[in-house]
Amino acid sequence: MYKLVKPDPSKNLINDKGLRSDGRRPDELRSIKLQVGVLDNADGSAYIEQGKNKIIAGVYGPREIHPKHLIISDRAAIRCRYRMAPFSTDERKHPAPSRREVEISKVIREALEPSVLSEYYPRTVIDIFIEALQCDGGTRCASIVAASLALADAGIPLKELVSSCSVGKVKGHVIVDLYDLEDKYGEADLPIALMPNHNLVTLIQMDGKLSKEEFDKAFNMALEGCRKIRNLQNDALKRKYKLESDTENSKDSKEEVK
Amino acid sequence: MTILAQKKQLVIPGELVAKGEYDPDLNVYKDGENIYSTMIGLFEYQGSRISVVPLKHCYFPFVDDIIIGRITDVGMSGWSVDINSPYSAMLPVTEFGARQNYPRKRETTQSLRVGDLVKAKIIAFDRSRDPLLSARDRELGKITGGRMIKITPSKIPRLIGKEGSMINLLKKESACSLSVGQNGIVLVTCNSPKNEEVVVELIKMIEHEAHTQGLTDRVSEVINRKLRGV
Repeated sequence: MYKLVKPDPSKNLINDKGLRSDGRRPDELRSIKLQVGVLDNADGSAYIEQGKNKIIAGVYGPREIHPKHLIISDRAAIRCRYRMAPFSTDERKHPAPSRREVEISKVIREALEPSVLSEYYPRTVIDIFIEALQCDGGTRCASIVAASLALADAGIPLKELVSSCSVGKVKGHVIVDLYDLEDKYGEADLPIALMPNHNLVTLIQMDGKLSKEEFDKAFNMALEGCRKIRNLQNDALKRKYKLESDTENSKDSKEEVK
Repeated sequence: MTILAQKKQLVIPGELVAKGEYDPDLNVYKDGENIYSTMIGLFEYQGSRISVVPLKHCYFPFVDDIIIGRITDVGMSGWSVDINSPYSAMLPVTEFGARQNYPRKRETTQSLRVGDLVKAKIIAFDRSRDPLLSARDRELGKITGGRMIKITPSKIPRLIGKEGSMINLLKKESACSLSVGQNGIVLVTCNSPKNEEVVVELIKMIEHEAHTQGLTDRVSEVINRKLRGV
């Protein structure tokens, strides 16, 4: 359950031993659990738990586009909606779409667009829906990780998966994968999305201040974090489809027993 | 010149499958020297052609494909048809009903209504226009009976088999008539309900185990057990 961390940000964010307020080392990611194909009705879906973040992503398409004026004649349009559940934060979030949600929807769409081979399906649309069930900082990065898996699960051709991770600064220390408290009381936050094979950064935002040296260090830490997450994504995807072939094998052996 | 995956190995988008002078075929792309997969699927190569057979994808229309579709709208000059793909197809009145020997009805609703199934051929499709269908052939036209099964379009070639070996085996042994749409819809028409059950089961089995070895043997084994009662 929630352990109340006293809002005494200047002291508690990093201790004498160099550990963060949740006990992680500066270069340590939160524990991540990924699951692919969690929804039956969407064409593709994925679920991510990153620390206390819980996010589910569903993808439909390519399908016919409505309204028709949104048609792009040489490729598929991509629409993305990020939404926070009213119960996702400690104070109830009003269910109407907020400015923040609209912004995050847009940056997630733009982070995923370079990976999708949308020119294979002109005049269609790919819809991505992301529901943040529980939020604890870094949800835009976690959403990108889940949405990219959901796209692959839907059978949409991709150049590669997109991985994402945030970095930032608290009390002068550069740290990776900020959670809510560090995000709020820290000095800087820098979410990054990466296509590792192509060495392509598809999302980079920053609030707060970093010196040039700190930025370089933070940026490299983020790339490292993205690559770690990428391995987890690969495993999650293979796990799902390996599982399918495994159940087939066990079914076969059962039939033989009969 | 190296191939980095084995035949029928599971690959995922962005996975490096080969390096060097190979020809990228379906569902792979080349970036400099490297060839990557774009889909979750099974790796295949023949000579220098590298491809990935997807486990799940949507049907992309090709000219000359025979498909089975459902009427979604009736217009003055034709019908809109849902062909299980991102594009809805158009079947003009002039392309329907040539084999009827009575004069064509004046109202389009009198020959096909919303919800009816048709077997048709794609006569035109390109990236800028929706597919155009024709049902003016002997085996084409309105479907009046049978059972419809949906399978992943990428498994259709396996269901048909080499030069139709698999589908002919099913037809011969079950005495059912099977018509296969390239868009993943299969129509089974049988006289005996028992045989129909078995055929449906077999089609599902072929879809599930499309990538496994010795599938034809296992299919004939099930046929032996369930249809011939051996």
